[in-house]
Amino acid sequence: MVLIRGLVSPRTWLAFIHHVAGLIVAIVVFVVVVTGLALSVGLLPLALAGLPVLGVTVRFAGLAAVAERARFGLLLGIAIPAWPPRGRSDYRWLVVPRRGVLTARATWGEIGYALLRLVVSAVALPVVLFTWALALVLVTLPAYNGALPGGAAALGGLSARGAPAMAAALAGGLLLLLAAPWLTRGLASADAALAGWLLAPPSDLAARVTELRSSRDRVVDAAEAERRRIERDLHDGAQQRLVALAMELGRAKAKFADDVDGARVLVDQAHTEAKAALSELRDLVRGVHPPVLTDRGLDAALSGLAARCPVPVRVEVDVPVRPKAAVEAVAYFVIAEALTNVAKHARASQVNVVVEGHGYPGTLSIVISDDGIGGADPRGAGLSGLGDRVAGVDGGFSVESPSGGPTIISAVLPCG
Amino acid sequence: MRIAIAEDSVLLREGLTRLLAEAGHEVVAAAGDAEGFLRAVAASKPDVCVVDVRMPPTFTDEGLRAALLVRDQWPEVGVLVLSQWVEERYATELIGGRPHGVGYLLKDRVADVAEFLDALCRVAAGGSALDPEVVAQLLARSRHPLGGLTPREREVLALMAEGRSNSAIADTLVVGAGAVEKHINSIFTKLALAQGERDHRRVLAVLRYLGTE
Repeated sequence: MVLIRGLVSPRTWLAFIHHVAGLIVAIVVFVVVVTGLALSVGLLPLALAGLPVLGVTVRFAGLAAVAERARFGLLLGIAIPAWPPRGRSDYRWLVVPRRGVLTARATWGEIGYALLRLVVSAVALPVVLFTWALALVLVTLPAYNGALPGGAAALGGLSARGAPAMAAALAGGLLLLLAAPWLTRGLASADAALAGWLLAPPSDLAARVTELRSSRDRVVDAAEAERRRIERDLHDGAQQRLVALAMELGRAKAKFADDVDGARVLVDQAHTEAKAALSELRDLVRGVHPPVLTDRGLDAALSGLAARCPVPVRVEVDVPVRPKAAVEAVAYFVIAEALTNVAKHARASQVNVVVEGHGYPGTLSIVISDDGIGGADPRGAGLSGLGDRVAGVDGGFSVESPSGGPTIISAVLPCG
Repeated sequence: MRIAIAEDSVLLREGLTRLLAEAGHEVVAAAGDAEGFLRAVAASKPDVCVVDVRMPPTFTDEGLRAALLVRDQWPEVGVLVLSQWVEERYATELIGGRPHGVGYLLKDRVADVAEFLDALCRVAAGGSALDPEVVAQLLARSRHPLGGLTPREREVLALMAEGRSNSAIADTLVVGAGAVEKHINSIFTKLALAQGERDHRRVLAVLRYLGTE
């Protein structure tokens, strides 16, 4: 059964096709890449001529790697992760490689693969073919042994005659037939391991790329959401007030001729409206990025937030070295949003904000805790947006808010 | 009063000049940047100057630095700093332990002309005028607990920190002068502050307590 299963399994024959196709691919790729490398080295003294040839060779090896990853996926079902794609900007005039390309591990992995491909295939395919052939020869030997020239198969001085020899040939053939599928597939797996080593980025890097890609998407979304919020706030707040102000002044202008007292009332209203618009604009900026944050840092900027929050806020800041602006901005945004949430939902009587810098460049840790009713949903739009912003600078973010309270929001931001 | 103005926005500079002239004051200089302003102060020695915090070339705190220079070089010239945003930190730097002839207000306050002129006069006369928003920040960031004060006493404390006189505090809170006196005594006792007899000494004590130095 094992014998039959190995023989009829599609995996065995896909692996066999893989070996055959591998040698064909290997020959083409090897010839092109070796020729390209030799030409570019030869032409290197004429720098302008050697570099484009090298560029084309590198790009060809890159394309071959793409095709090979597809072949491994299709025939062996083994996914070989790709490096982050290189873009047009990596080449000047499409073919002249920039420095980064020539020092990249990906580039030399692909070139190395193109060369090793031939060596590996040139060994693997003959071994596979020979094993299958020998297995078939031995298994079928009893059927045609008598018809061979000399009446028996002969190897060197030995000739196979009689029942024991036939039995041995049959047994050996069967054993080889049993082993051949495993050998075929085993060599294909070894081949895949080699390809993975040369063509795939280190696995931690691959994981990091995936993580960065997702955090980048989330940062873009968070920034977009924030832009929309600012637009809405401007539109619903200051802009409406200015419209009302202009309207009242217009009405007052019309009234001045015959109803001075009425006009005075309208001007009074317009005055109030204008002051409210100013104050709303200031609050809006306060929630996004106040100038004092850039000028004097986080500690100074937090005074404004603490004073604006209707719940008493105790602020403790111990940051010996100012972190870079992007980190300060995220820290500020996290605290501003957290305090807004406390004011809106927590029904708290006290909030504590603790900001501490550790080491240099080190990390910045932020803890906002309140004595409110808890039950904040970390997956809600506001808090998950905060998490996204923190992820954007590679930080960690956590929310603890059991129903009944207290709520503790913390973030750790790398400063380097 | 003779007044010098440093404000880079032409619109506001002209507006301020007109507003002050209409109130019967003399604007002796109106500059659009810190350097021109300092030259004008040196040349004309005004009673008081009005300075915007953000001015060219970097639009960060040029005005504040110019104001500090004026306070340092010409202590008799009052300095009123105006800003689109007021920050407790800037106030602390500006006052620097000497709350005489100094003011720091939101630009919006100019819209209430009478109050603005009152603040300007206070500063010119050697008093002080701090924006309520700054005082709120000072109270929020106070190093000492203010929990022992009643809400009314907190209000009185905030108005004192703004640099208001007893009668102004009484008017604002719509109470009699005697009641204000009583609140102030109670505050000074609760916070264990030495009683000051004159207005600006009192401001100094309050600001010290709130941690501006």
